[in-house]
Formats: sequence, C-alpha cells, structure tokens
Amino acid sequence: MQTLGGLLTQALHLVLMLLAAPLVVGGVRWLKARMLGRRGASPLQPFRDLRKLLRKRPVLAENASAVSEVAPYVGVVATLVAVALVPSFAHGMLLAPLGDLVLLAALLALARFALALAGMDVGTGFGGLGAAREMSFAAFAEPALLVALLSFSILAGTTNLDAVAATFRDGLLGLRVSLALAGIALLAVALTENARIPVDNPATHLELTMVHEAMLLESSGRHLALWEYEAALKLTMWLALLAAAFLPFGVAPAGSGPLAWLLGLLAWVVKMAGFAVALAVFESAIAKMRVFRVPEFLGAALLLALLAAALLFVSTGLA
Amino acid sequence: MLTAFSLVLALLLLLAVAAVPLAQRPAGARLVHGGCVAACLALALLGLVVLLAGGAGPPLVLPFGPPWGHALLALDGLSAWFLMLIGITGASASFYAMAHPPVRPAALPPFPLFLAGMALTLAAADAFTLLFGFELMSLASWALVASDHAQLENRRAARLYLMMAALSAACLVPAFGLLAGHAGGFSFAALRAAPPSGWLAGGVLLLGLLGAGSKAGLAPLHVWLPLAYPAAPAHVSALMSGAMAKVAIYVLARLLLDLCGPAQPLWWGAPLLVVGACSAVLGALRSNLEADVKVVLACSSIENIGFIVVGLGLALAFRGADLGPLAALAAGAALLHALNHGVFKTLLFLVAGSVQRSAGSRRIDRLGGLIHAMPLTATCALVGMAAAAALPPLSGFASEWLLLQALLAGWRTGDVAFQVLAAAGTALAAMAAALAAAAMLRLFGLVFLGRPRSPRGAGAHEVGRLERWALVVPAVLTVLLGLLPGPLLALAQPALASLLGAGASAPARGFALLGGTGDAAAWYLPLTLAVVLALAGLVLVLLVRARSPLETQRGPVWNGGFINPPEHLPFGDPLSQPSAAGMAQPLRRMLGTSLFAATEEVRLPPPGDTRVATYQAGFTDPAQGWVVAPAAWLRDAVAARTERMRDFTIRRCLSLGFATLLALLALLAWLEAH
Repeated sequence: MQTLGGLLTQALHLVLMLLAAPLVVGGVRWLKARMLGRRGASPLQPFRDLRKLLRKRPVLAENASAVSEVAPYVGVVATLVAVALVPSFAHGMLLAPLGDLVLLAALLALARFALALAGMDVGTGFGGLGAAREMSFAAFAEPALLVALLSFSILAGTTNLDAVAATFRDGLLGLRVSLALAGIALLAVALTENARIPVDNPATHLELTMVHEAMLLESSGRHLALWEYEAALKLTMWLALLAAAFLPFGVAPAGSGPLAWLLGLLAWVVKMAGFAVALAVFESAIAKMRVFRVPEFLGAALLLALLAAALLFVSTGLA
Repeated sequence: MLTAFSLVLALLLLLAVAAVPLAQRPAGARLVHGGCVAACLALALLGLVVLLAGGAGPPLVLPFGPPWGHALLALDGLSAWFLMLIGITGASASFYAMAHPPVRPAALPPFPLFLAGMALTLAAADAFTLLFGFELMSLASWALVASDHAQLENRRAARLYLMMAALSAACLVPAFGLLAGHAGGFSFAALRAAPPSGWLAGGVLLLGLLGAGSKAGLAPLHVWLPLAYPAAPAHVSALMSGAMAKVAIYVLARLLLDLCGPAQPLWWGAPLLVVGACSAVLGALRSNLEADVKVVLACSSIENIGFIVVGLGLALAFRGADLGPLAALAAGAALLHALNHGVFKTLLFLVAGSVQRSAGSRRIDRLGGLIHAMPLTATCALVGMAAAAALPPLSGFASEWLLLQALLAGWRTGDVAFQVLAAAGTALAAMAAALAAAAMLRLFGLVFLGRPRSPRGAGAHEVGRLERWALVVPAVLTVLLGLLPGPLLALAQPALASLLGAGASAPARGFALLGGTGDAAAWYLPLTLAVVLALAGLVLVLLVRARSPLETQRGPVWNGGFINPPEHLPFGDPLSQPSAAGMAQPLRRMLGTSLFAATEEVRLPPPGDTRVATYQAGFTDPAQGWVVAPAAWLRDAVAARTERMRDFTIRRCLSLGFATLLALLALLAWLEAH
C-alpha cells in the first residue's frame, strides 16, 4: 500500500511539475508585464512557444558536433530527475530515498555542464563568454548552497530533502533565526541558478552582460525548445524546493490518502503563486547588477549561511 | 602471497636491468613495457586477493636488510587497497607506453624501478624498508622527469623536483626516527606498540605532513607539481599523478592514523583539514588559469589530493571525538577518492599525451575542434573530465558525495572551534568542486570543441588501435567505479580496519553509499540514479521525436560575426574564438586578483594610431613568493657563508674541527647523563 501510494504520488507529482513549469514562467512574465503597465502575453504563451519550436526544423552550425544534439537531452533529463526528487503536495514519494540535497545540487551541475558544453560547441565568442561566466557564478553559488544545507543537516540530522521537509513540517523546531538566514542565502542561490535579475536578465537577447541566453544563441527548433523547457523546470524546481523547506504547511504526510493529497495540492498552488508574485515584484523593483558584482552578492549569501550554521553551533552547544 | 609479491618485485628489478640494453630498439622498449603491464596486473590481483581474504598473514622476513636487522614485508588491508590502485594505474600507463614507447632511451630503465619503488613502499612492514622504497620511487621518477633534459624548462623542473624530494626525505626520516627512537624498534608492530604523545606526537604530525604532503603536492609545497608533471612523458605523468601521489597519501595515512595509535586528540584533524581544503581551492582555481593541457591536469591533481587529505583529517578528528561510524565515513571517502582519482587522472593524462602526439601541441591556444578528428579520444576525455568535475553518476561524484557528507557531519564533534572549521571546510570544498567543473569545462570546450586553432591541429587524426584500448579501458573503469562504489567500499573494509581499528564498518550497504549516522542517514544510490536517468532520457527522446520529427539541417554559424572560414585560412581565424586567457577571465578577476595577485593589462593605442592593441594577463602563485623565494634566498645566503670558509687559515680550520669534536662529545655526555 505504501509503495503503491508512493508510486501514485510520484507519477502525479511528475505530471503536475511538467505542466506547472511553463505556467510558472508564463505567469511570472505576465505578472511582470502587468506591474510595468503593459498588458502582457497570456500565461499560457510558453506552451504555444514550445509547440511552435518543436514543429520547426532545427538548424545546426556547419562545424557543430554531436554535443549540440545530445546536450539538450542531458540537460533536460538531469533537471527532470531533480524535479522528480523535490516533494510538492505529498511526502513519501517513490524516489524520496534518492532525494538527497547534495545529489540535487550535483544534478543541477550536470545540467549546467551540458548547457555550457552546448554553448562552446561551435566556438563562437558569445557561447564561450556565457559558459565561462555561468561556471564562475557556480563557483560562488555552490559554497553558499552547501553551507545552507549544513543548517538543514544540523536541524534534521540528514540531507535527505524528504526527511528535512517532514521534520520541518512537524513543527518541532519553531521559528529559528538561523533558518531565516539560511533561507535568504538559498534565495540568492536560487536567483543565480535561474539566471534571474539581479544576476542575469531572462528577458534580453544580445546584451553584453547576459549569461544564460548567450549559450543558447546557436540552438534552434527542438533543441531550443528543450533548453527553454529546462530553464522553466529549473525555476519551478527551485520554487518548489523553497516551498518544501520553508513553507512545509499542508503537505500530505507519507502514506496518506487522496483527500490529504488534494489539500496538499491546494496548499502547493497557493505557495507557488505566492512565490511567483514575490519573484515578479522583486524583479520589477530591482536593477540588474554588473557581472563582477555577483561574487559580492553570493559572498554575502555565503556569509549569511555561515552565520546561520555558527548560530546553530552555539545554540546546540548551550542546550 | 608475500612470496608472490617478492617475485613480482624481482621481475620489475630484472626488467629495469634488462631495459638498459633493450632501450635502443623499439621492440625492446615494447617488451619492457609489456613486462610492466604483466607485473602491474599481478600487483592489482594480489591487492584484490588480500582485500578479499582480509589480510596476508604475518610479515615476511627478508634475508637482507639494514645493518641492524632484516627487512620486513607485509600486506594488510591498507597496503592492499593502494596496491590495487597502483596496479590498475600502472597497467594502464604501461599499456599506453607499449603502444607508443617513449622517444628517449633514458626514459626506459627507471620506469620499472619507479613501479618497484612504489610497490615496495606499500608492502614495507618496517620504517627502513618504507623509506627505502619511498626514496627509490623519488629517484626513479626524478630520472624520468629529467629524461628529456635537452630542454631548459625540463632541467629546471627536474632540479626543483629533486630539491622537493630531498625535503620530503629530510622530513620523513626524522618523523620515523622520532617514532622508532621512542619505541625502540623499526618494525611497524613495535612502533604501534608505543604510540607517541605530547610534543613527540606533535613533531611526528608536523614532519609527516611536511614530508608526505610535499610529495603528494599539498599547498604550499605544491610548486614543483605544475612543472614536473608536464616535463615527463605522458605515461609517466599519468603514473606520477595517479599512483605516486597516492603512495604519499598512503604514507601519510599509515603514519598518522595507524602508527601513531588511536588515542590522538581531536585537534589532530585540524591541520590536515585546513591544508587539504586550501590545496583543493588553490589547485582548482589555478587549473582554471593555466594554458597548458598537462599543467591544467597537474593543478587539478593538487585539488583532488586536497580532497583526500580533508577526508583523512576528518577521520582523525572523528576518531578523536569517539565517533567511529563517522570516522569510517570520512576515511572511506578518502580511500574511494584516491582510487577514483587515480583512474580518471591516469585516463586524462593519457588523453593529453594522445592529443599532443596527434595535434602537435599541449598549449590550449593551439588546439581546438578535435572532437571531429578524434571522436573516440574526445568521448574518453569527456568521461574522465565529467568524473573530475564531480558529475553524477560518474566516479568522482560518488567519493565527493561521501566527503561532503563527512564535512556536513563535522558539527557532531561537539567542539565549537572544530565545528566552525568544518563549516568553512564545507564551503571551500564546495567551491573547489565547482571550480574543478569550470576548469574541466574550459579544458574540454577549448581543446575538443569549436574550430582548430592551428594548421597542425587541423591535421589531427584519431589514435591507433592499441592506444585506443589504453584510453577505453580506464574510461570504462571510471564509469564502473561510479556505478558500483558500494561493493568497492565493502571491499575496502580491511583497509578501513587497518586505519581505524577492527570495529570500523564501511559506509556502504549493498549498492548504496550511506552518509551520516542513524536511521535518518542520507543515501546515495548510483545504480538507481543511473537507471532513472536512462529511463527518463529514453522516454524524453521518444516523446520529443514523436512531436518533432524533422531532421536537423546544417547552416552557417548564426551569431556574433562568426563567419565560415575564409579561403586563405582553412581552419578560421583563431582569434575569433574564445582563448585560454579569455575563458579564464571571469575567475581571474573574481578570485585570482585576491588569491594569486592576478594582473591584466590592456594597451589600447589612441584613435588614429595604427599600432596593435595588446592584452596581457598573468598571475603568481602565492607559494612562489612565500616558500620558494625565501628558500632560494636561504640557499644563497648559506652558500655564501660557506664559501667564506675556503679562505680560512690552517689554524682556524683546525680549531673549527676541534670545536666540533668538543661539542659532539659534550652532547654525548649530556645524552648519557639523561
């Protein structure tokens, strides 16, 4: 029964995330447009874009290698597996034992590596520039992420996301300053990983400071569709991760029935909508920073995460 | 079993002797390397058998040895694990050399000696034999580094390498001397029976870390590594990085974890943790800045050695805090990473050798687009580099996952100072892993992707049939080690037992790796992950191709003024592609300016001036200024002082000798009195 429930929730979760991903991107775009006084495209626009791109014939550069053709699939598969590991409406999914946070970071690194390889495949200047910057940002984002995980691991005793989220949901911890600090650090990492403002601008092409889009300039047709979908999945995964760790209310516990799932689903939709609104407000209110200011931004995140861990050391030492 | 080991050792020595006359002919060189392949396979098999059996019984007393006793040989779990490692890497490197024997005859005889020295170090059961093997290994590898001595930079590298080898001997001999003097015997059993304490233990820790660390390439004594590895032929670099550095790690682990006894305090782990984490970040950052394929790989070795030493340091600290399972976790991470790094770095150095032979250069700025000319080499390189970049589900990730889990458990020691240290270590290790990924991406992207950057590189061709196998076998091993870390760690159980005592259990259950303690521990299931990834990939490809059936089409490059190659430049203008310095620019500015004093100078002539604009970027390793420069100054000062003695009168010379005699007698009298 437990296995069957796990299998069912895993399948439902996957379908939900697959459908939600373009909607999250479209929704954030629509909200941003409304805040800037424009009418904005429908939140369903990413679905139409994807369908159009899939229909088109992909064009590859003459000296492109197999990397350009294989990398989009690797990127999407890695992100897809990462998405499957982050709980949305229920705990105890089939793949929950696999859902280690360090592994999650590594799967995102795999997707990043594939994207950067595709960017460098033809040898254009923009591709190399984007790849070098993307990998450099990761060198600052990963320490902040790992040290934020340290706080989780101290509080929950493990780095398994499902177990961490279940511990936090059961509310034995109460409100903690260190969790808030770790949360801010994770938010900064999430903004960087998803190439959002203030680190990168997802709405521009051919601007000298761009990072993510620079690597996609040679992709077309289904390859571009896959990369766009990968970005949407990644954004959804990060929002779901933040929701699972910091707003664990209402998630159905492992082994519960469909009614609890429905409640969990409602709670999840509300949380994701809240995050989407917050992201849109934040991006409309703030300017993009210079590329070489990003290390300071992420360095501050790392310091906050270290502070969170140090607070926990002191408090566990006193207790 | 030890008899078989002695026979293999004798075979290697025979090969070294036979290599002198055989070196003149290619067939002879092939024969010698073939013999080395057989010997290495035998060593790996021996290691495996000992690991399965859990030990090889009492030590073998050789009928010769130092003047005061016999040399002892023994194979316990730890020796066997590292023996298996040098067997695998040695066999790959020797096989590669069989396909392409080194050009210089002088590079042949020291090669079997090098292997014999490493094997002897691993199997030694007394301090003298261990140091003898270690020095044999150092000298033989020095001869290999110096084999191509016609070039100035190779001579320089060989000289620096010899100095560093002397330094490591000058530290290791007193380290073992302190232990032996305290215990009253040289055999490991005697040393174990009398573990040091107080300042004696501190001295052993410091000297051992300096001696073994300088050989392994730990910061700040890593300066020789980026010079010496590239100077040697490809298969020797592979062996130096894949095996010799691991032998130094073995000496460190044997000395600090085994011989110094289990009762050392928690803070013993701290120096190793600090030095290891700093080495990891410095090495990874430097491998992002270098412009020579082999130097990039050498710097990546510094990073990986740093990871292994972090694991050993954590094991020491956890043992000091009485956290047995966590100590096994950290030590297991170190052992597994040693094996994984040995295999994938051997593969990458061999790839570098193939690239150099086929495309005519080791400089990144003269390579490019090799994936079209050398698809198989490129695939093998991608496997090795993805493992070095710690990407799942390859081998590098499995061991780094364990290491990160050990670091994340560092707070359980309960000591606030060590907790903060472990948190900082976590940040540094994560940064080093991300930097390594950036370095490997840069290396693969510039060497194998894009367009050729030189005519010679445009004429590259795929490697020959024999050489192909020398690359494919380590690549397959890298994948297998990544999928089966669980059974491997279960195999390492005897090694963990000789490091941490009989109660240590490997952090693995079946095919899974286990991080942390208790029921809530995190799992890493590489096989499940690989199956899930493969299934998801299959479904994705089928779905996407069903919705998007059109085949791809080729067209001119789309963006940024990047045109098809003109007639007069069949491989395109190299300046239109990213360069090694260009790819390094973000990290050079973000981290290099503070850590490496990196500089950039752009000279733009004023408008109307037709002179060429120039761009120069450079950096200096901090160890160069803090360690090498003072050492060179000290050497010159001492030499100048000593030179003055040549002008002494006979009276002063005699009184100097007399004073020395008196001082020694006084010392003797003082020692007798105590």
